[in-house]
Amino acid sequence: MSGDTILEIAGLKVALPKGADRPLALDGLSLTVKSGEVVCLVGESGSGKSLTAGAVMRLLPEPHVHVSGGSIRFGGVDILAQTETQMKAIRGKEISMIFQEPMTALNPQKTVGWQIDEMLRLHMKAGRKERRAHAIEMLNRTHIPDPEGAYNAYPHQISGGQRQRVMIAMALSLSPRLIIADEPTTALDVTTQLQILKLIRDLQDEEGAGVLFITHDFGVVAEIADHVVVLRQGEMVESGPAAQVLNAPQHAYTKALIASVPDLKPPLPKVDTDAPVVLTGTHLMKTFKARGGFMAGKRKAVVAVKDLSFELRRGETLGVVGESGSGKTTVSRIVTRLLEADSGSVQVGDTDLLACSPSQLRKMRKHIQMVFQDPMASLNPRKRVVDLIAQGPIVHGEAPEKARARARDLLELVELSPAAANRFPHEFSGGQRQRIGIARALALEPSVIVADEPVSALDVSVQAQVLKLLAELRERMSLSLLFVTHDLRVAAQLCDRIIVMQKGEIVESGLTYEVFANPQHEYTRTLMTSIPGRDWTPPKETPL
Amino acid sequence: MVLPVTGGADNESCLMRLLLPPIVIYALRRLLQAVPVIILIMIGTFLLLKLAPGDTVDALVGDMGGADAEFIARLRQEYGLDQPIYVQLWVYMTKLATFDFGWSFVYEQPVSTVLWDRLGTTLLLMATSLSLAFSIGIALGAIAARRAYSLTDNVISTLGLVFYATPSFFLSLMMMLLFSVKLGWLPVGGIKTIAGFYTGWDHVWDVALHLVMPTAALSLIYLSFYLRLMRASVMEVAELDYVRTARAKGASETRLMVHHIMRNALLPVITLLGLQFSTVLGGSVVVETIFTLPGLGSLAYQSVVQRDMNTLMGIIFLCSIIVVVVNFLTDLLYARLDSRIELT
Repeated sequence: MSGDTILEIAGLKVALPKGADRPLALDGLSLTVKSGEVVCLVGESGSGKSLTAGAVMRLLPEPHVHVSGGSIRFGGVDILAQTETQMKAIRGKEISMIFQEPMTALNPQKTVGWQIDEMLRLHMKAGRKERRAHAIEMLNRTHIPDPEGAYNAYPHQISGGQRQRVMIAMALSLSPRLIIADEPTTALDVTTQLQILKLIRDLQDEEGAGVLFITHDFGVVAEIADHVVVLRQGEMVESGPAAQVLNAPQHAYTKALIASVPDLKPPLPKVDTDAPVVLTGTHLMKTFKARGGFMAGKRKAVVAVKDLSFELRRGETLGVVGESGSGKTTVSRIVTRLLEADSGSVQVGDTDLLACSPSQLRKMRKHIQMVFQDPMASLNPRKRVVDLIAQGPIVHGEAPEKARARARDLLELVELSPAAANRFPHEFSGGQRQRIGIARALALEPSVIVADEPVSALDVSVQAQVLKLLAELRERMSLSLLFVTHDLRVAAQLCDRIIVMQKGEIVESGLTYEVFANPQHEYTRTLMTSIPGRDWTPPKETPL
Repeated sequence: MVLPVTGGADNESCLMRLLLPPIVIYALRRLLQAVPVIILIMIGTFLLLKLAPGDTVDALVGDMGGADAEFIARLRQEYGLDQPIYVQLWVYMTKLATFDFGWSFVYEQPVSTVLWDRLGTTLLLMATSLSLAFSIGIALGAIAARRAYSLTDNVISTLGLVFYATPSFFLSLMMMLLFSVKLGWLPVGGIKTIAGFYTGWDHVWDVALHLVMPTAALSLIYLSFYLRLMRASVMEVAELDYVRTARAKGASETRLMVHHIMRNALLPVITLLGLQFSTVLGGSVVVETIFTLPGLGSLAYQSVVQRDMNTLMGIIFLCSIIVVVVNFLTDLLYARLDSRIELT
């Protein structure tokens, strides 16, 4: 189905300003996109994949970042030689883009219809009525429910998945020859992600356009790609047909990267049913009542957690999985009593955490600790690492000197150099910061650790390392983990048992192995079949 | 109160919604919410003023050059100043409830008449100052942001810094010295030429000439606030994803500015505008006094000096009403500009 070459990038070099971590953001990238073909540009953060899109659109933040070599030819036209006016005619009409964040990629102050219409007004000579009909036709083609209504809605009035459909309708409205999709599904839930990927594929088949698809997720690559280009730190390390790169990668980096993708097949369970129960949640309820102001009207309440019960045994990892809005994060907050539940109880050992007085609660805190999602925001930027880790024990009455010495030991335990102790959080990478977060949680020797999406902000290779560390620590210290995640691949590898949540309720729970092999509930089955690249098993290699 | 949308309402307000348009219900609720606020302000200022040493009688007797103790006691009795404070407060508040501001013993007129005569001048001064500061401020700020770090930006930003750092009383005196004394272009003070008896457009022109310097003195510092905030805001919005989206559609820079950047960048500036309205009232005390404008500001100053309690309380009442009304208008404007906000 592939035809003529649409985009041809040869030896592309993009220079970064002086003082950046490397002189060239892209060093010698070459790729071609043919019509009807999806070329995936894969790489971890900082690999220069988004800058490639910027270079093709001529939207780099010049003059700081600029093309310093190579060529970009689009259907016989030298993109780099075009004037700004010529580029304006190409952008949107010939090459269009779909961005990552459907939340922020649309102007919040203009209606969806206005924003699609802007595209048409810029490039199409047609009357208002004709443009409106065309816009609604495009919305219809993206299977948005009630296209007329969506046309008149503001972006905040429709869901994230619908917003991405609007972006796609806008990008495809003028039948461009090339579509650049920059992580278009990263911010979406798995079920929505699958629908959007299918939509891009279907519309592309109808239009015959070429797609340059930028992603970090090999699951998505397996789902959609015809051809794969792998980038590392601006260098192209591998390029080839999707089947070959995914199943028989040549370059060591690609091999390691693919090996870092968690396998969907959970390992055989080794659950010890005799181990003592360390954490029990019983009939937990939480409703968010939106408070009205003084003399203001009442607003609708949202049920976040509805009659939830679970047990966590020592040395066990219990996964809580679900899509956004399922209430999984609320569970982690209630269990640690960072949020007050409406009713129910949380037994830590023999004590009901939810019935504790404030002073009892402070004492109980050392038994249950949290690791947070965003390693950037959850560490105080003004404190040195050693103090961040030692703070907990000091608060609980340990001698400062002893606590600091122990903090240094913990750094070693999470595989950071002892020299890290005296530095500040911003001096570390995301993965290293998450290690600090884990060391901080371990410092109090808690019996339970609650981890809320601890690896979802990390690159896949770093994610694999942090998961490995967590698994090792769990073995060595017989830690009990309550692991909240949206990523079923991660859950498959780390969790002994899982709870699947939907709209605040448990729809299914059981041994991970059994749930994955034979999901009982309709919703669990939908989740399982939505995982991108579920039919692809990453070839086993040693991870990075 | 402006709250993000969540929807949902109980039966009672549904019923009300059938009878009245939502905006009227919103306005009514805001009005109800304002009543306790204003009552608290009035009680607070009343007690504060009573804490200050000296009263109207002291000031009057001082002006007269002294009087015997019996006369002073009789005056106090006449004005009700011999009563305990809570009685005085009760009497004042019950009168206020019928919008009776009392009698000004300094001006020998009802307070409402005194206030009414002065209100126009102050509102005119404030409205011109703020609208000038706002429109010029956001225009210069937007220009500076679009040419960030260029010569134009440096000139505008430096000017903003100079305005920001110059106290209004100093600026007033320097302007007087230059434009009135040295050059003789503009009148020194007052709201109109006293012996002019102008009518029609001549009158308007005369008043406008008199307002040039006070407006400049009052507005320049606010102009610099809006300029700096607008510059930062435009630069921030220009980096946002939806501006990039519009660029990728092939939109021109002018189009980006007009349709995508300006309206979003204006929101924080509008917030500041609403918050600062009350400080402009405070600023007008200084400016009106220097330029001898017959407005509320200079009236407040004289009332404090003369311990004219009723007039002062009247001014404070009027000012709190103005602030409440302006906050309401700011919220309406905000809801109009930001489609994500609905009035509840």
